[in-house]
Amino acid sequence: MRNYLPPEYIVHIDQDRCRRCGECVRTCAFGTLRFEHGAWRQAMSVFQHGRDDLERVFDRIRDNVPDRVAADNKKCVQCHYCVAHCPEGAISIQPNPLAYRGNHHWEPHHLKNIWLQAETGGMVLTGSGNDKAYFSYFDHMVLDACQVTNPSIDPLREPMELRTYLGSLPDALEFESGPEGPVLKTRLAPSVRLDTPLVFPAMSYGAISLNAQKALAKAAVSCGILMNTGEGGMHEDLYPYAHRMVVQVASGRFGVNPGYLRRGAVVEIKIGQGAKPGIGGHLPGEKVDEGVSQTRMIPVGSDALSPAPHHDIYSIEDLSQLIFALKEATEYTKPVSVKIAAVHNVAAIASGIARAGADIITIDGFRGGTGATPLAIRDHVGIPIEMALAAVDDRLRREGIRNRVSLVASGGIRHSGDVAKAIALGADAVAIGTAALIAMGCRLCQKCYTGNCNWGIATQKPELTARLDPDRAAENLANLIRGWSLELKEILGALGLNSVESLRGSRLRLRGVGLSDADLQVLGIRNAGVGA
Amino acid sequence: MLRIDAAGVHYRHLNEQIRETVRAGETVLVLDNVNGQRYIGTGLESDQVRITIHGVPGNDLAAFMSGPAITVWGNAQDGVSNTMNSGTVVVHGGAGDVLGYGMRGGKLFIRGDVGYRVGIHMKEYKDLVPVLMVGGRAGAFFGEYMAGGRLILLGLDRPAGSPLTGDYLGTGMHGGVIYLRGRPEEHTLGREVKMFDLDEVDWAFLNPLLDEFCRYYDRDPGRLRAAEFRKLVPVSHRPYGLLYTP
Ligand code: SF4
Ligand code: SF4
Repeated sequence: MRNYLPPEYIVHIDQDRCRRCGECVRTCAFGTLRFEHGAWRQAMSVFQHGRDDLERVFDRIRDNVPDRVAADNKKCVQCHYCVAHCPEGAISIQPNPLAYRGNHHWEPHHLKNIWLQAETGGMVLTGSGNDKAYFSYFDHMVLDACQVTNPSIDPLREPMELRTYLGSLPDALEFESGPEGPVLKTRLAPSVRLDTPLVFPAMSYGAISLNAQKALAKAAVSCGILMNTGEGGMHEDLYPYAHRMVVQVASGRFGVNPGYLRRGAVVEIKIGQGAKPGIGGHLPGEKVDEGVSQTRMIPVGSDALSPAPHHDIYSIEDLSQLIFALKEATEYTKPVSVKIAAVHNVAAIASGIARAGADIITIDGFRGGTGATPLAIRDHVGIPIEMALAAVDDRLRREGIRNRVSLVASGGIRHSGDVAKAIALGADAVAIGTAALIAMGCRLCQKCYTGNCNWGIATQKPELTARLDPDRAAENLANLIRGWSLELKEILGALGLNSVESLRGSRLRLRGVGLSDADLQVLGIRNAGVGA
Repeated sequence: MLRIDAAGVHYRHLNEQIRETVRAGETVLVLDNVNGQRYIGTGLESDQVRITIHGVPGNDLAAFMSGPAITVWGNAQDGVSNTMNSGTVVVHGGAGDVLGYGMRGGKLFIRGDVGYRVGIHMKEYKDLVPVLMVGGRAGAFFGEYMAGGRLILLGLDRPAGSPLTGDYLGTGMHGGVIYLRGRPEEHTLGREVKMFDLDEVDWAFLNPLLDEFCRYYDRDPGRLRAAEFRKLVPVSHRPYGLLYTP
């Protein structure tokens, strides 16, 4: 069956521009491009005698005789590494127009997957986030701005506060009188400071390369934000950045020991993730090399299985037990976060998590990315982050416990506009994973699960990881954070606000365009054209 | 030596006191009247510390622990040695569910029976090989998802006819070894394990542990060894390799 699958893309090499440097042939990790000796063949066809001898000579020198670059279109995943690196700009890639007969119900990917599964009987895997054309609520919400009656603020002239603290706030503050005035009596819960309301979410060493993690860690330190180890433990090389890292504890408990817990700034219990709600993780043995083995503390080459649930958590009470086990282990000095996927009952679940003692709840919407997940789960399970966030914030407010937790929203945040809208819907901070990978070079080819990432991100192959310079990538990430922060300040200024604090949960500053009444109700916003 | 009377003390204060005492250099602690206080020894790091507990410690005893030796004169509850790194826990009684979850080093001995989901996802790395040894019977899901380490189940003092374990024994197991004294019922075996007789390597590993067990619980090693032992090992280190379409 596989042999009959038409290629998804067609790679075109402009043979006039190509100078046969071999860059693309050497670098494509999917093995798409090769040198072919077409000209030789053509020339040979005129010989009648002595051809065998010439063939023999040619066989010996074949590898040293580049001819034209040819592509095996079927292997191309359109990651654009060759396109970006061809010194002559000789490569272009197009979707194959003749791949399948057009049909509005049976789309090409449906046919392709059926054929693949008819052959293998397995599940179809994919990487990165849900790419289906689901309705985007972000794209149907707009922000307010000041005009005439209330002045906007110019962030270039006036101070604009993006600083954000993640952690639990007390229900009330108690003071007692001291000799020099009132003294705070309430014991405050630990919190962590962000210089801008952005964080990098969990991406484990194993799923991504150590160089990619280093870049994230360096950028987190230089921007005063957080990166997240993911569930694969913390490599020694990252210890210098640990004070800006969230250390994750997932069902596989890889690399979790007292030192790991103490090193981080925040401890996060991973319950679920937007790209694969309700299912576990599975790092194939091929990706478990010496470094990953050391960090996860499992033998080289063995599969790293994370069971779907934590088998010590079957209820909110059990979750509470783990939260406090982690607090005990870190002596109540670090906030504990719980990460869940956005699912139908997310508001009630979040309420339970807040009551269970978590300091931070991270909610990952159905557009969230992943290193590997079954396609059927990624594309059909979970709900949009906009809806989940609004529902959770609303529920926690109504129950009077919103102060007990900070909310971090993630799952398909593409630009500072999305960030501002998420904050207005109730997020304290926003996590950007896919955007961070794109800033490092990712082309969203969705082949992360193959371990062949040409951009050196989702791979452990040394020749590929070497392509990602952690310092350069860290700079790119820091630039992205700076750019979005500047835009965020402009948005706040336009709204007449001088601190991001004032936008948090301020849904009055959002309006819906083209949304149904039910949508507006869940989002807790009014329709465009309706005034204050 | 420091004695702490835990009667009526909230776990948070009790554990704070334990940590402070250990920080001050004390290595021998005796806790009296322990009655359900959670997290004793959780996250504690020290190879010298010895804690003796009189009473019944609460859930997550020795979770994330690295080094200390804990003896419990009584039963223990759920989650003993959760994600434990190293050290020893000896329980003179039975214990509850989810013992040794994700445990990666050290030893846990239980004299009596244990509950469900014991030894799930235990793992090993180089010379860190956790050992969880149970004197009595175990509930369902014993050694589920086991990725490394050694689970030993002796089935001692079992009423005639009562099964060694519950169902789903070693389901999803992909590393480590489960040693059983006695024969599990065929239908309880997970699909991912195969049963074998013990060889010399197994006995060389098991003998000192059986002696250690007998020392703690005052039993006769000769009689212990006289019974039939079997071992369960995973069929594959990659039980789920064929689930996906490449
Ligand atoms: S990288 Fe460009 S110039 Fe070099 S061989 Fe490939 S197509 Fe030709
Ligand atoms: S990380 Fe690499 S493999 Fe994954 S989508 Fe991006 S470019 Fe493709």
